[in-house]
Amino acid sequence: MTFLSKAILVTAGLVLAACSNPDRFDESGSASANANASIAGTAQDPTSPLYFQQAVGDRVLFEVDQSNLTPTATATLDGQAQWLMRNSDYNAVIEGHADEQGTREYNVALGARRANSVQEYLITKGVAANRLKVVSYGKERPIEICSEEACYAKNRRAVTVISAGPTS
Amino acid sequence: MMRYVLSLLAALFMLAAPALAQDTAESDGPLRIEITEGVIEPLPYAVPSFVADTAAASEWADKISRVVASDLNGTGLFREIPAEAHIARISNFSSPVQFSDWKAINAQALITGAVRTEGSGRIVVSFRLYDVFAGQEMGQGLQLVGTEQGWRRIAHKVADQVYSRLTGEDPYFDSRVVFVSEDGPKDARQKRLAIMDYDGANVTYLTDNSSLVLAPRFSPQGDQVLYTSYESGFPRIYVLNVETVGRRVLESQDGTMSFAPRFAPDGQTVVYSLTRGGNTDLYSMQIGSSQSTRLTNAPSIETAPSFSPDGSRMVFESDRSGTPQLYIMPAGGGEAQRISFGQGRYGTPVWSPRGDLIAFTKQSKGRFHIGVMRTDGSEERLLTASFLDEGPTWAPNGRVIMFSRETQGAQGSTSLYSVDITGRNLKQVPTPSGASDPSWSPLQK
Repeated sequence: MTFLSKAILVTAGLVLAACSNPDRFDESGSASANANASIAGTAQDPTSPLYFQQAVGDRVLFEVDQSNLTPTATATLDGQAQWLMRNSDYNAVIEGHADEQGTREYNVALGARRANSVQEYLITKGVAANRLKVVSYGKERPIEICSEEACYAKNRRAVTVISAGPTS
Repeated sequence: MMRYVLSLLAALFMLAAPALAQDTAESDGPLRIEITEGVIEPLPYAVPSFVADTAAASEWADKISRVVASDLNGTGLFREIPAEAHIARISNFSSPVQFSDWKAINAQALITGAVRTEGSGRIVVSFRLYDVFAGQEMGQGLQLVGTEQGWRRIAHKVADQVYSRLTGEDPYFDSRVVFVSEDGPKDARQKRLAIMDYDGANVTYLTDNSSLVLAPRFSPQGDQVLYTSYESGFPRIYVLNVETVGRRVLESQDGTMSFAPRFAPDGQTVVYSLTRGGNTDLYSMQIGSSQSTRLTNAPSIETAPSFSPDGSRMVFESDRSGTPQLYIMPAGGGEAQRISFGQGRYGTPVWSPRGDLIAFTKQSKGRFHIGVMRTDGSEERLLTASFLDEGPTWAPNGRVIMFSRETQGAQGSTSLYSVDITGRNLKQVPTPSGASDPSWSPLQK
């Protein structure tokens, strides 16, 4: 339960950061760059979840209706796997998301595919399976809110949310 | 004048008028509006304010007649002749009607009514329906008894009777809708379950907004609601008792997600999607047990199941062909037949309560549509088009569909709409804030 509530806190922090970001339409400003007080640690401390989020990169993006990992995504996930193996006190929940094109149910299933792709990749890179959980939010939790491809591209994502372990 | 027949069934109405039942003769038959043809000219009618038989009843008399009119006008099949145009008053419900007064304003149908209050907060409503040009009553007068708190239901039952007698269709006004009430901006949206009368009145909330909730679905008896909640941190299916608002989790296998639940017509079996290892398949479960049965086993996404009214088959959405399409298979699983072959992506199929049609969401060329097709996939018709329409639900009589519409862009908001299966009478259903994922109840008992 503590694991879950922390994961939710971190998620809530992300949402708040996105809301208060005046540059949310600026394509160059990524949501993960928004400093965010509710994530533990400092960006300078390589063992902190904040470092994971900002320096390693907590998210990968997907093509329309796809769940396969792009070369950019696997590069990010290589870094995530290394960080997770170095910081074994932490676990992670991988959140899969979809853009608003598509029905609610289909998008939950699609987000699950994306989260699963990330989970499987991290496991093949050596992260213990019992440290990783997956959840899909479908199209329910967009970080970018315009109805254009520029926003959709950022919403089709899987985010690795770091939480204190061990998982139940 | 025909003698008024009282039905003394408390809080219920008596189905009367065998002469009207299943009447298909149109030439010299009674006043009848055919809604399958797509009505061009709504039928003009008058509903003068009901007569208050007791002083305390005057509060209810006008309100009840207004809700009757609102129900009928809302169908788009009837046009009310407003009170200002009336040249006669109904001051005594038992007196003979002067048909000439109503012919003169071209009212084809006339509804009269009387309201009286009894002790302990009971209201008694009597009404009659007249075919003005034939100069006769249509069916028998009826008396309905209800509580003061339930006055809108009495009005809906009166309107249901009028609608049925004039259209020959089953009624639907005395029904409710459970839906997801939405607040806040698109990137911080809060959702909670709410229930209301079919016309948007009497909204009450069934959950708070502390957890994301999705897609509630009524039981066939209207007493329970299945829905998906993220209360545990993961999507799981819950069942909620509408009366007590008590709820319990139905499906909670560790390491899985479950969503898109729907009741079978038996009210005992639940079908839903369960995701394990990134793969989503259909399962069924008896609501009293925690034993689930797997119905599909494919690497594709299988979701949004909906039963045929006889419970023998189900229609669902699958991307096994590469894009989401609609399939029908036996209720216990087995070989599935694809039924959607048009251009585009199909989802959220819902079998009509009449059994004849399947409503669905279609995505094509960047637009969303609500459509209907026959159960073999033929005669596809798109009823709506917008940036984002989805999640159809059927009125209890299978003549009207309600769905969610979301507007485009950063300020995008959600609301409920309804449309006839002819594609006519598209209109917004009023809700206090954003609203999505409607599920229409059966007709209330």
